[in-house]
Amino acid sequence: MKQIDLLIIGGGPAGLAAAAAAYESGCRDMLILEREETLGGILKQCIHNGFGLHTFKEELTGPEYAQRYIDKILEYGIPYQTGAMVIEITPEKTVTCVSREKGLEQFSARAIILAMGCRERPRGSLGTPGWRCAGVYTAGTAQKFVNLQGLMPGKRVVILGSGDIGLIMARRMTFSGAEVLGCVELMPYSAGLKRNIVQCLDDFDIPLYLSHTVIDIEGKERLSGVTIAKVDGDLKPIPGTEIHFDCDTLLLSVGLIPENELSEMAGVKLSPATSGAIVDDRLMTSVEGIFSCGNVLHVHDLVDFVSQESARAGENAAAYLEGRLDICAQRIPVVAGSGVNALVPQYISQSANCPTTIMFRPRAVRKNAVVRVCVGDEELLRKKYRVLAPGEMVTMTLPADFMQRQAAQAQGAEVLVEVLE
Amino acid sequence: MLDVVIIGGGVVGCAVARELSRYDLRILLLEKTADICNGQSKANTAIVHGGYDAQPGTNKAKFNLLGNAMFEQICTELEVPFKRNGSLVVAFEGDDEQMIDRLFERGQENGVPGLSIIDREEILRREPNLNPTAKRALLVRNAGICCPYELTQAYAENAACNGAEFIREAEVTSILPNPQSGWLVRSMAGEFETRAVINCAGIYADKINDMVSQDHFSIHPRRGEYYIVDKKYAGKFTSTIFQIPTRLGKGILVAPTVDGTILLGPTADDIQDRDDTRSTAEGLKKVLAGAGKSWPELPGRAFITTFSGVRAHCDRDDFIIGEAKDAPLFFNAAGIESPGLSSAPAIADYLAKMVAKRLKAAQNPNFDPHRAAIPKFREMSCQERKLAIAKNPDFARIVCRCETVSEAEIRESIRRPVGARTVDGVKRRTRAGMGRCQAGFCTARVVEILCEELGKSPLEITKCGGESKMLTGFLFNRGGGEE
Amino acid sequence: MTRELTCIGCPMGCRISAEIQDGKIIKIEGNSCNVGKKYAEEELSCPKRMVTALVQVQGAREPLCVKTREPIEKRLIFDCLRELEKVSVVRPVHIGQIVLKNVCGTGVDVVATREYD
Repeated sequence: MKQIDLLIIGGGPAGLAAAAAAYESGCRDMLILEREETLGGILKQCIHNGFGLHTFKEELTGPEYAQRYIDKILEYGIPYQTGAMVIEITPEKTVTCVSREKGLEQFSARAIILAMGCRERPRGSLGTPGWRCAGVYTAGTAQKFVNLQGLMPGKRVVILGSGDIGLIMARRMTFSGAEVLGCVELMPYSAGLKRNIVQCLDDFDIPLYLSHTVIDIEGKERLSGVTIAKVDGDLKPIPGTEIHFDCDTLLLSVGLIPENELSEMAGVKLSPATSGAIVDDRLMTSVEGIFSCGNVLHVHDLVDFVSQESARAGENAAAYLEGRLDICAQRIPVVAGSGVNALVPQYISQSANCPTTIMFRPRAVRKNAVVRVCVGDEELLRKKYRVLAPGEMVTMTLPADFMQRQAAQAQGAEVLVEVLE
Repeated sequence: MLDVVIIGGGVVGCAVARELSRYDLRILLLEKTADICNGQSKANTAIVHGGYDAQPGTNKAKFNLLGNAMFEQICTELEVPFKRNGSLVVAFEGDDEQMIDRLFERGQENGVPGLSIIDREEILRREPNLNPTAKRALLVRNAGICCPYELTQAYAENAACNGAEFIREAEVTSILPNPQSGWLVRSMAGEFETRAVINCAGIYADKINDMVSQDHFSIHPRRGEYYIVDKKYAGKFTSTIFQIPTRLGKGILVAPTVDGTILLGPTADDIQDRDDTRSTAEGLKKVLAGAGKSWPELPGRAFITTFSGVRAHCDRDDFIIGEAKDAPLFFNAAGIESPGLSSAPAIADYLAKMVAKRLKAAQNPNFDPHRAAIPKFREMSCQERKLAIAKNPDFARIVCRCETVSEAEIRESIRRPVGARTVDGVKRRTRAGMGRCQAGFCTARVVEILCEELGKSPLEITKCGGESKMLTGFLFNRGGGEE
Repeated sequence: MTRELTCIGCPMGCRISAEIQDGKIIKIEGNSCNVGKKYAEEELSCPKRMVTALVQVQGAREPLCVKTREPIEKRLIFDCLRELEKVSVVRPVHIGQIVLKNVCGTGVDVVATREYD
């Protein structure tokens, strides 16, 4: 068994940013374990632009954004292993990994950063009636076929769900010579970024069917058509509103699920709201020395935020390894009030003396809404938004000194985040 | 010239092939679709029934009981997962309680060992997650669970290793009397002269029978729909939970599988099209309503997929097993619906002996009853994993993350006798793509491996044969781009 | 006349309303920054888009991803894609390497966006 200070599970945007930040904070004995053959994670197949505006103040494509971080890893000389699949993590932080080059290896780590990302919600979990034919793919699978393998999954395409990958694939399939007949969204609003609706659907006159869903999938062998219908307030299809499409492909972009099987093996407690780990403001999970960041913690809409968050995980892991992290500090809970979903972090330690970032997703579309953060009776922050939508994450930064305030010191104190109409 | 042509590569056909391979016979199995185990045998509740349910004196009662008792030995010889987890038939309402007594008596009459009736306290002690309004239950100790596709594949592999031949995509179009041999079987894969024919054609068994016999019967497709619950909930139920049976079937079950998932279903709807394995909104609703009765805390987010299967219900309401009255050396194994999986070992044993006797076959001196399973990386200990990787580094490349299936397993599933040719074929043989992401991650790699192993273009790879192509073209169509 | 636009300058996606009189923009509202103003002006006169695409690599099936270095006129997107279809690059290719100069006469070069060994 090899002893190591810090293991980073995953070499995608989260793992790379965490590793670079940990190095910058002084950590040297570390290793990135990446299951694919090259670093970069999902960014390798996200060949569209729109990445890096926050981080690099320029508009990059996914592979370019990843390369910036890969270059850093190379420059720092941070060791990484590709083709290395972690198959087990114990609560004692023993990590088992397999790779073709090194066979089965075991590490005993002092700290671990979980950065495994997320997976797409599959058709099966939707319970959509119809045939189980070829031609039904998640948008990400189709993206891999086209962008990485040069293979076309179909010619006439309907997209179910308006998640960003689905929208991006509407444009990519159009660019690649396929015909995209429509994008079908169950909710009355899009799940993706507004800019993607404009430049991936509107630009090419691809209709967006809000409050619609697929009610039948046809084709014994290869998909031959789908039927969609409008849904009522309870999201149930309304008879008489059916529209039929002749198509050979149905792409699904119906949600992302943090991939926390390894976290659970390690005894990390998960939040039902995010499906990711429950963490404090330092991004430490319920298991001491195990940190979580990026899409395995909660699904982000922008990679820039993944990098920022993961850098904090890296810094904190380095601090933890040097004994600079006050792990005994009292923690106060952060509570999701009305209109707030998928809140992260769930706890703030009372030793926090730097600006603390809180992220969440609004439960519904709200116009002219106010987000308020309180501790006890004291209002810490109040911010106005012209539009809030579940598709777009809200980030709030709490003042550095708030923990020193009286209300935060009180018995049973908690931070409440809520959306006011 | 052949001795025996078996029509149909479901569990019964493959089991018959294996049992017949004990004899010195030239055996050929013809399967209509792109793979064996592609019909009823792949889409059922994966249960080895106790045998209390069938009418005493029927073939169903007889073969179920015999088959059930054979599972330990068969599954040991063929290295197929099998577990005697027991089942409970639970009564929730007043009238149901009397049904429990009736089923108990019927079970006694059928000779089912170890039946007893238990009360609520004992029910909940055994199954704490069961609906506490349960009143009484029939405890069926000899009931079990088995992986139906692995059993079918294992039978086929073992038969092939013992000399039987398999041809897929070989739909039988006619069967004619042939003075030289006995029968001439015409198929999409050519004509075959044979002494005997065994009809194991499942949902199409009546059509095959009609080709040679005036003793008609008819098969009525009856669809069953299911949900599969994520492995995360493994252990919620130990036994298979039945409700009181109805005229159409055994009701909606909560059925743990040997793989740790839980099946909910099936419905029972008579349909017209024999291949109509669609899921329907109404059917899925029925499954949830029914399963919710047994499992009130059924989590809404727990499903990984849905599927449906079509039962080959026969108008004679029983298995038809044996030589046709008016067609010598033409044998039927028809009308095999539930408890077909449970009965398959016994049906195969019975038919093989009968056919061998009629053909005056000698023993096959080289018969080896053992088939080794594809090594499962997910089930290995740390030491076993090290050794496996040292021998074959492909074990270290995990292709399916959800089910921890390695590239070595996928390659072997293709290389084996009667090996995988399709994405679904790989899935059924290895579980790659059967987990909670439902092949989101591994599809592209599985297609690549199939191409490498079979020497095919990605455009030729299908999900399940026929026109079920995975891909429709190359991004660049100018040629010369291929490596 | 008022035109409603969604700014694609960044992921915020501001809703912008632009008031137009006699073909001239007289008022722009709803943008949070200058990018939004510029976007609205451009979108109403000569809309532009970045184009990301895939081009063929000689002797390989795996394509190379590329982008226009600057946004090009929206109406030229498919012309640009057609030109790129004719391109076949020789590896290795480095990130930022020009794959096609002055695409469709726009003055904008198309460059590789990944390392391709």
